[in-house]
Amino acid sequence: MSRIAQTIRGALLMDFWGAFVMGLRYMAQPKATINYPFEKGPLSPRFRGQHALRRYANGEERCIACKLCEAVCPAQAITIEAEPREDGSRRTTRYDIDMVKCIYCGFCEEACPVDAIVEGPNFEFAAETREELYYDKEKLLANGDRWEREIARNLELDAPYR
Amino acid sequence: METMDPISFWNLPVSVEWTLVALAQILAFMIVLLISLAFLLLMDRKVWASVQMRKGPNVVGAFGLLQSFADFLKFVFKEIVVPAGADRTLFLIAPLITFVLAFIGWAVVPVAPGWVIADLNVGILYLFAISSLGVYGIIIGGWASNSKYPFLGALRSAAQMVSYEVSIGFIIVTVLLFAGSMNLSVIVEQQAGGFWNWNMLALHTLPVPMFLVMIPMTAIFFISALAETNRPPFDLPEAESELVAGYQVEYSSTPYLLFMIGEYLNIVLMCAMTTILFFGGWHAPFEFLSFLPPFFWFAAKVIFFFFMFAMVKALVPRYRYDQLMRLGWKIFLPTSLGAVVLVGAYVAYSGAAS
Repeated sequence: MSRIAQTIRGALLMDFWGAFVMGLRYMAQPKATINYPFEKGPLSPRFRGQHALRRYANGEERCIACKLCEAVCPAQAITIEAEPREDGSRRTTRYDIDMVKCIYCGFCEEACPVDAIVEGPNFEFAAETREELYYDKEKLLANGDRWEREIARNLELDAPYR
Repeated sequence: METMDPISFWNLPVSVEWTLVALAQILAFMIVLLISLAFLLLMDRKVWASVQMRKGPNVVGAFGLLQSFADFLKFVFKEIVVPAGADRTLFLIAPLITFVLAFIGWAVVPVAPGWVIADLNVGILYLFAISSLGVYGIIIGGWASNSKYPFLGALRSAAQMVSYEVSIGFIIVTVLLFAGSMNLSVIVEQQAGGFWNWNMLALHTLPVPMFLVMIPMTAIFFISALAETNRPPFDLPEAESELVAGYQVEYSSTPYLLFMIGEYLNIVLMCAMTTILFFGGWHAPFEFLSFLPPFFWFAAKVIFFFFMFAMVKALVPRYRYDQLMRLGWKIFLPTSLGAVVLVGAYVAYSGAAS
């Protein structure tokens, strides 16, 4: 654009009026905002949120204490101790996840041979103290019981791509 | 009434009633101003949000109407942090200066016929002086923080406000020449009778096409007002991408709140000045629309200009410092100077000055 034309455009505030019309047009468009606590955005079935330990349908916990998740965890957030139970099966006596250390990479989920540890769709587990974010086995199993329906559905939806 | 020496102000008899009435007027004006400011602030945020396809504050009260009051309470209940190296006295005085100056400017603004606290016959000079003093709040605040970013912000703001004050002064002179008075009420009265008499168009001067001068003057006044109040695109004193928040970096809690209220009051004052000087103040655009009260028209125009301020903030990217200076000194100053000459020539040769 020549200098003169540019000067005239500037003097007539052409650029501003163009932007103004565009701004008014954007004002009339539907809002992109969602009212978060009341409406929530869609989540992928692969979403990696709060951890949970799952159970089989008969109530037996899935985890067999193979410690693959502990080994693969890049943040070393998982601590597992295992002992044989009275019936001879190998189970964890301790399964802790430090949610402060966890980077939500999903490697534990990938490593697990029995789909015991999973990252569920829950992302609203903020707490006021650190201690509340040190999850133990009980808490993780409770999460599993609470989110089982969603987790099972997500695993099923994702299964064709694995 | 006995004749009095007009100069001996201090010899005036003190009247209790007059003082009480004046105090009540000031108090009522301040309260109305602050409450309307709360909603204007919300409007600013809502306009800004909707241009960006957001919803803006909508949780506190219906449609977020109480958001500003919630913010006010939040600011007031926070801790006032004074940096260790800061000059304590000046640090706390600076926001007060901005706040008080923003309020006392409103004393001469006529919002409807006779609705003005002090009907000064040099009202416009008073306003000009007050808005020039506004830079002190920012400079003192920036200096007293004893910190680098606030200091840089204060320096920028000083240079910017001084530069744009010059062209604002000349633009005001063009309006003065038309009105033949510095009393804001007289300036508004002189624009009565319909939108073609407003100083922006000034079609009463036809066949001399003074609107060719006055429309650019209106635009330049509005843009200079943006610079004068440190609004985007001229918000270099608080450019968040360069200076974090400029002169406000070290401020928290109530002092910050005072800065913010002062700043927004100044913006509304500038909207009111644009309305009074160029858009006929409280007059309706057509005679047949004057069944609505004058105050309604004044408020409507001020809100319109505030909307424009908000839109500019939403749309225009920030100027670089050299561009800002170039615009002020190389474009606005010569243009407004030329306009003063043209308007002066018109007033002199048309006999309007008599």
